[in-house]
Amino acid sequence: MGETILKVKDLRVNFRAWAGTVQAVRGVNFELKKGETLAIVGESGSGKSVTTKAILGILPSNARITSGEILYDGKDLTKLKEKDFYSIRGKHISLVFQDPLSALNPIQKVGKQICEALRKNEHMTAAEAKKRAVALMEDVGIPEPETKFSQYPFQFSGGMRQRIVIAIALALNPKILICDEPTTALDVTIQSRILDKIKDLKEEHDLSVIFITHDLGVVATVADRVCVMYAGKIVEYGTVDDIFYEPAHPYTWALLSSMPDLDTREKLFSIPGAPPNMMYPPKGDAFAPRNRYAMEIDFEQEPPFFKVSDTHYAATWLLHPKAPKVELPEVLRHRIQRMKEEREGA
Amino acid sequence: MSEKENRPILEISELCMDFYDTGTKKSCVHAVDHVSFAVRKGETFGLVGESGCGKTTTGRCIIRLYQPTSGEMYYDGKPIHGKLTREKRKYITDHIAMVFQDPIASLNPRMTVQDIIGEGLKLRGIKDREERHRIVKGLLVRVGLTPEHATRYPHEFSGGQRQRIGIARALAVNPGLIIADEPVSALDVSVQAQVINLLNELKEELGLTILFIAHNLSVVKYFSDRIGVMYCGKLLEVADADKLFQNPAHPYTKALLSAAPQPDPYLERRRKKLLYDPSLHRYGPGNEPSYHTIEEGHILYCSDMEFEKLMEAREGKKV
Repeated sequence: MGETILKVKDLRVNFRAWAGTVQAVRGVNFELKKGETLAIVGESGSGKSVTTKAILGILPSNARITSGEILYDGKDLTKLKEKDFYSIRGKHISLVFQDPLSALNPIQKVGKQICEALRKNEHMTAAEAKKRAVALMEDVGIPEPETKFSQYPFQFSGGMRQRIVIAIALALNPKILICDEPTTALDVTIQSRILDKIKDLKEEHDLSVIFITHDLGVVATVADRVCVMYAGKIVEYGTVDDIFYEPAHPYTWALLSSMPDLDTREKLFSIPGAPPNMMYPPKGDAFAPRNRYAMEIDFEQEPPFFKVSDTHYAATWLLHPKAPKVELPEVLRHRIQRMKEEREGA
Repeated sequence: MSEKENRPILEISELCMDFYDTGTKKSCVHAVDHVSFAVRKGETFGLVGESGCGKTTTGRCIIRLYQPTSGEMYYDGKPIHGKLTREKRKYITDHIAMVFQDPIASLNPRMTVQDIIGEGLKLRGIKDREERHRIVKGLLVRVGLTPEHATRYPHEFSGGQRQRIGIARALAVNPGLIIADEPVSALDVSVQAQVINLLNELKEELGLTILFIAHNLSVVKYFSDRIGVMYCGKLLEVADADKLFQNPAHPYTKALLSAAPQPDPYLERRRKKLLYDPSLHRYGPGNEPSYHTIEEGHILYCSDMEFEKLMEAREGKKV
């Protein structure tokens, strides 16, 4: 893990809607390092999917990147023409979608769908492409790839379909794999197998992975580093241990303590209200109206990033030297305590 | 909870639900296969399993949205299986209510909230409009909405609020049992906690019995007193929530528990995942599975041989 492979700088994306302009992403900065898995967590509507769509240049036509840079391989992806993107998508950056059924063409055999990229981009012959596709299918853990090669998507179960989608994404040996909620539509047992597979493939193919999810359990399983997003902004980022054992932003606290784990007995800490309407993003910290630790300044001025440790930063005024000390929510305090005890006991 | 009696309020025995291929009537799916369990008054009984394991079908059979193929069901001692007569339908709907998974699809978009919630009241014989509206407003406040919401339409609400309307509708008939079919899985994480807390409060205050159907193990564990694990139409294991998680007996339960990701990176790194292979049981003639009681309240679906082995292993552990 060392050099930066992808850098997103002050990215802003607006959507033109009937009623006005929706500010979906409002100044996102992050770096993806080679060989790491970066998880982006947040509620629906927090702008995590839009960020990845901007990276791949597949934003819908009513979206506009108003500012910012996405640097990959010395190029700024926001400035690329659609034609130039052809050589990036699949070959360098690839995407695994949330719903494997709608990502696959229902009336085309899966083998053909895997071969498509190989034939078009690598100019392979049909036989070569098939050989490579079968190898890929074996790679992602599909039994009897030769037979499955000429079957249709509906003949596969959800987990197997997702493996096909991953095989397509890996066909051209990309450097970066973006997984947009790849396991949300799947059962827990299948989910854990797919997550293991993604981890293995990451090692084998030397991938860097951006993993988008709202499930914190999944984050703990796959991620090396985590970015927490709220209302189009990153509010906290750090290593997976930083985020789970020493969370610093009240939104991260709320997110962590609003889902029970297997030992939770206390009343859950629920976040009151709903995320803000991004057509009229609030002044100051967007989370302030739902934040029980909010101070006056939160409603007036946006907090900058404060340094917690070398790897860990959070945008909250609570970290300002002059801010009052606050305690973590009870559920979370107990859980972190419990996790520490377990760790020491083991 | 002193009120909690050990008397079962809902008893299910040998419930079967088969779905037939519509055309030929030849192929048949055993969606629910000889499932038996009992729900005690005042408790929350959780049903977990993967999609397609028959947990939703079980819930729907109980409230008679489906006509079960065979089996007996009793609510408060009275049978609710068999031919659905007018009286039986009324008995069921007066006592059992359902909260559905999808809060968008389960509310009629062309009815106002007060009509949606009031419909049950109307059928219960409250003919006076004013009286109905008064009760609806009370219910709305009860589930954390405001009386002004009564005249609005479902599309004006967020997902969490819609699920609250669904809960208010279920509460309208003053049911003894609520079947909550994945009530939070369609909601955002931050809103899930709101709805879970609401259900918990209502349960405490109104002394409700809840049959909670879900696939998220952490949520089920947090919310339920007892849990039943289903797989391929069969109920494999029933136990107290804590016992089930500490000491699962069925290999499938073990596999399921090992697959659920936990928000603890250190734990996740060291976790051993188990896989479940149904063929390991080698069930056949002379080795047929049935329900066995491991200890008080912990029921396992296994063959006699497996049961003996398990009991020996448990004895060994204790000594």
